Amino acid sequence: MVKIAQISCGTDYSGVQKEIEKAAATFGAEIIIPEADLDYINEAYQKFGFNAASSSIRLMIARAMSLVEGKSDADAVFIATCFRCAEGALVRNEIRRFIQQNTNLPVVTYSFTERTKADELFIRMEALSTIVVRKSILAREKQEGLTLGIDSGSTTTKVALMENDRVIGTGWVPTTDVIACSQDAMDQAFADTGYKIDDVDGVGVTGYGRLTIGKHMNAQLIQEELSVNAKGAVYLAGHQKGEATVLDIGGMDNKVITVNDGIPDNFTMGGICAGASGRFLEITSRRLGVDISELGPLALKGNFKDALLNSYCIVFGIQDLVTSLAAGNSKENVAAAACYSVAEQVYEQQLQEIDVREPLIQVGGTSLIDGLVEAVSTVLGGIDVIVPEYSSHIGAVGSALLVSGLGDQMK
Amino acid sequence: MKIAIFPPNSLILADLVERKGHEPLVLQKEIRKKVTDPEIDSPPFNITEEEPIKGLKYAAIEVPSGIRGRMAIFGPLIEAAEAAIIMEDAPFGFGCIGCARTNELCMYFLRKQGIPVLELHYPETREETMEVVNQINAFLDGLEAKDDPKGGD
Repeated sequence: MVKIAQISCGTDYSGVQKEIEKAAATFGAEIIIPEADLDYINEAYQKFGFNAASSSIRLMIARAMSLVEGKSDADAVFIATCFRCAEGALVRNEIRRFIQQNTNLPVVTYSFTERTKADELFIRMEALSTIVVRKSILAREKQEGLTLGIDSGSTTTKVALMENDRVIGTGWVPTTDVIACSQDAMDQAFADTGYKIDDVDGVGVTGYGRLTIGKHMNAQLIQEELSVNAKGAVYLAGHQKGEATVLDIGGMDNKVITVNDGIPDNFTMGGICAGASGRFLEITSRRLGVDISELGPLALKGNFKDALLNSYCIVFGIQDLVTSLAAGNSKENVAAAACYSVAEQVYEQQLQEIDVREPLIQVGGTSLIDGLVEAVSTVLGGIDVIVPEYSSHIGAVGSALLVSGLGDQMK
Repeated sequence: MKIAIFPPNSLILADLVERKGHEPLVLQKEIRKKVTDPEIDSPPFNITEEEPIKGLKYAAIEVPSGIRGRMAIFGPLIEAAEAAIIMEDAPFGFGCIGCARTNELCMYFLRKQGIPVLELHYPETREETMEVVNQINAFLDGLEAKDDPKGGD
């Protein structure tokens, strides 16, 4: 059984301890609490150098130190503090860095509220558990042989065919019927390659429809999108070592994943507001009478400061857009303002939950809108943003890469 | 040498550092760059939303903006430091940055810099005060000796 060390403050008094244990148990893991006696707490936090005012946070530091010094044994680490506790946020991140710098343990961090339920923690616990169980697969940095990756997303199905560390075919279709769509996307990927499904050494599947397609295709790898997307992004960006942040502004929801050496350690996902998603840009381009593919270059020619637009709500956002155009603003300025507004909404609604680490690797269909990429960088204070080739196929590429790590199991 | 002091606006610590021929990295010099108009009571501070964004280098985005805004100013001082003097538990008249969480983070970063650090507790009596001043002078002299192989003057 995978042993997950819990290093936290406030879980008992927030009433979420049972939920954490339930989430871990769902994925065959057990929560353990690292050893730390009273004398050790003082010794540890002084050694660590962070004089926290809260004694529970000092205890967190001691538990982290206990893991690093080998006084406690675990396979993975879950670090959590209350949402909106500044001291908790500071220490949580410093402890994460401390454990990552001094051990090889996978770490996931989380800030919880009293409403946190086990299912919100599932994907994190599943990722921790699979990182431990499938460590050798996730360590794979090179694709070998001929492998197929399928990302069955809620909006689109993406397929990537890879051969000897190169993408040789891709497919992309809107998701309707999960199996039929994956077949169509596969047909696109195989076209002009001279290969067919029987030639493939292995199939990897991720995304919402992974279980259905995985079963149908008899896939060798069926894995949650957190670790697959993280791996795909750092692989395509050529940044497999060190820290990075993966940002996917989707058509309906957004994902932000922070990674260390290609392994995800925190994750946030939102999907409530259309104003912070690709949907807003889709409507903007329709209103401007341009194709979505033209919106990016148009935005780069404009200045967002010259058009007042706020997409905090898609209805008011479009109203702003119409008013701006009526006031004589150019299409370029309005396009730039729309991109900036979406980037700002993503920043305010989601990026505030996570510690953004450079470089930021932007992926997904919206990463192809140059104006949005520039706006994300501007909103984050000029941070380095990388958009890798095949950025809209990271899940599929990640699956194709990881399944090639299964070696002899494939045949 | 460039000496970071904590609290970073302590005139007494800055003065002690300067007397020994070192450069104190004080907050006042940084703040001065942000003052746009001369006023006696409360000079207007030209801190915009840019500062908390710059502070992301030092603290995660979920950390309150006031801490990140402060770190945008103190962070570069910590990075420039070649040695540091930390005075803990000082009353706010001695120097203060107004935020306990920023205090914790600044002291943690100074300790992590891998530079010589002198840690002191605010003295309560005349004897303790003399002892603290002696410790600071000895620390600063020691730095000079390390800096200059001949051992200074």
